[in-house]
Amino acid sequence: MADYTLDTEEGRREALRRMLTIREFDSTAGDYFADGEIPGFVHLYIGEEAVGVGTCAALEPDDYIASTHRGHGHCIAKGLDPKLMMAELFGKQDGYCNGKGGSMHIADVDSGMLGANGIVGAGPPLATGAALSIDYDDREQVAVGFLGDGAVAQGQVHEAINLAATWDLPAVFVVENNHYGEGTPVEEQHNVDDLSDTAGAYDIPGVTVDGMDVTAVAEAIEEARKRARDGDGPTIVEAETYRYRGHYEGDEEPYRDEDEIEKWKEQDPIDRFSELLVDRGELTEEELEELRDEIETEIKEAVEYAQDAPLPDPSEAYEDMFAEMPPEIERFASQARADGGSLGGDRR
Amino acid sequence: MTAQAEIERAEETETMTVREAIRMGLREELERDEDVYLMGEDVGKFGGVLEVTSGLWEEFGDERVRDTPISEAGFIGAATGAAATGTRPVAELMFSDFMGVSMEQIMNQMAKMRYMFGGKTEMPVTVRTTEGGGMGAASQHSGTVHTWIAHFPGLKAVAPGTAAAAKGLTKAAVRSDDPVFVFENKMIYEQQGEVPTDEEFTVPLGEAAVEREGEDVTVVATQRLVGESLQTADSLADDVSVEVIDARSLYPLDTETIAESVRKTGRLVVADESPLSYGVHAEIVSRVQEEAFFSLDAPIQRIGTPDTHMPFSPPLEQEVLPDGDDVREAIELIT
Repeated sequence: MADYTLDTEEGRREALRRMLTIREFDSTAGDYFADGEIPGFVHLYIGEEAVGVGTCAALEPDDYIASTHRGHGHCIAKGLDPKLMMAELFGKQDGYCNGKGGSMHIADVDSGMLGANGIVGAGPPLATGAALSIDYDDREQVAVGFLGDGAVAQGQVHEAINLAATWDLPAVFVVENNHYGEGTPVEEQHNVDDLSDTAGAYDIPGVTVDGMDVTAVAEAIEEARKRARDGDGPTIVEAETYRYRGHYEGDEEPYRDEDEIEKWKEQDPIDRFSELLVDRGELTEEELEELRDEIETEIKEAVEYAQDAPLPDPSEAYEDMFAEMPPEIERFASQARADGGSLGGDRR
Repeated sequence: MTAQAEIERAEETETMTVREAIRMGLREELERDEDVYLMGEDVGKFGGVLEVTSGLWEEFGDERVRDTPISEAGFIGAATGAAATGTRPVAELMFSDFMGVSMEQIMNQMAKMRYMFGGKTEMPVTVRTTEGGGMGAASQHSGTVHTWIAHFPGLKAVAPGTAAAAKGLTKAAVRSDDPVFVFENKMIYEQQGEVPTDEEFTVPLGEAAVEREGEDVTVVATQRLVGESLQTADSLADDVSVEVIDARSLYPLDTETIAESVRKTGRLVVADESPLSYGVHAEIVSRVQEEAFFSLDAPIQRIGTPDTHMPFSPPLEQEVLPDGDDVREAIELIT
């Protein structure tokens, strides 16, 4: 049984909770990045919450997802722990990747999360591979490859979908059309109106759904999942959504204006879904406020956890390259530069 | 260990070609472990464009021996994703020159996932590919690119020079939980040798083999140049005693066996078909000067392709392709 499903009242509340968690996590991450506490780059998912949550609501817990550059939302939707995610963003030992991955590479293969990805379009081949393992072993799972509108132009994406289609693998490809590939509008990157039209090239179904509507996303994924499990191969689901923040934090966004952003915010996926639940009498305004407070506290605690967590020991830099450390690396590992001193003398 | 000792330790051996030895290694691993399967362009019914996988599709069927579309990025990426999720793919890249097409998945996914994920995935993928000039196959089907992989952190690279090494390294690659690239020189597929028939015979990654013992000069060679160096050593036997080592594993590299030999002989020739600049040769030379500098009695010599692509016309190809005569000249220069 799925962790949460939009078919039950409890599941819908959980979906709302996850969308709120993503929003709070990412706006908090943006703040700490601006303060300089989070190193590197961060790419936020704010505005796109319905896609990740709608998708994962239609998946089983052991299904795989391969994520994108903008992976925090997928992690939370899949059920990863915000504490360990935040610790990873802070470069701490207790993070999901022991501080070796950071925002662009959060992964937890045991939870079915095959990694956010720093390379645009690199996730779909990995999803095809996970679907290959599933098919080969006759397991009851599917693999979802997330990709952005920009990634649809990548050659390896085409190859991955073509392979999954010709082998009828249990895969689903979710195109998150947030209307900008980095700073270039989607219309300037593709000739087709709907990115799901590309499905015709593989003779598989392609659908475009309102990506600001979590229910619409979940329904499309549910159907795609069923098709994949029935042995009929992959589906391309395009979810039309919008990225409220820049491509990366600090992006000055000369390519779009505030009016456009405000217009999309009128369709905010969290407002829409919470209003729906309130209208239906499944949630009161007070309960919604309580939920927001609860999540605010949870993310605050995640930050405290991340701040208090130890930094990795410098010797950890030499670990995890291979199943066993080869002599080439071992010679450095034995003299990890914790003291800032240089190597030297007889190293082997 | 000397190669002779390795062969002698084996209870039974058979004479076979490098091609047959690789096929035997693949067949044994397919039989041993159900998680193992082969994938690549024309590896199935066609039997592999250079016939290495010939017969395996008939024996193991569609699921275990899978023909892919012509899409290196797609199927190398899929092999990577599959290796991270519980199966053990063996992917064939028909010619190593095609590696460029799939390099993103190799460099940024296959090589980095274990590290980026803090060790939370295995990556038991094997990539077999062909290298080398000598067939008139011209620049895009004759490359020797193993330096790329040996250089790139997170990947292992092996390059057998004998039939026994070809079987043993193929099997070790398939059994490894790391990404291992097996670089097969297509000019030695017909070369014969004694191969242990034991199903548990493997050549551990990171172990070189002394193929011929000698006292005056060490030749560290790879792939086709192992055989050429052995012939050269035989032809020079009256004048100079040449020790020939098959490096076999390029990363990890068996520094100790090479350094120990140089400590004995005091002279070194490195022979590898890849382009000379920044190559495997340079790495071996560096390690020897780190480990055995004061044992050296002469400048180290390098034999390789002189930083050109492989041309088509036979006289041009023969001009740039390194061979046993180049090894002989290098030996004569320093002894």
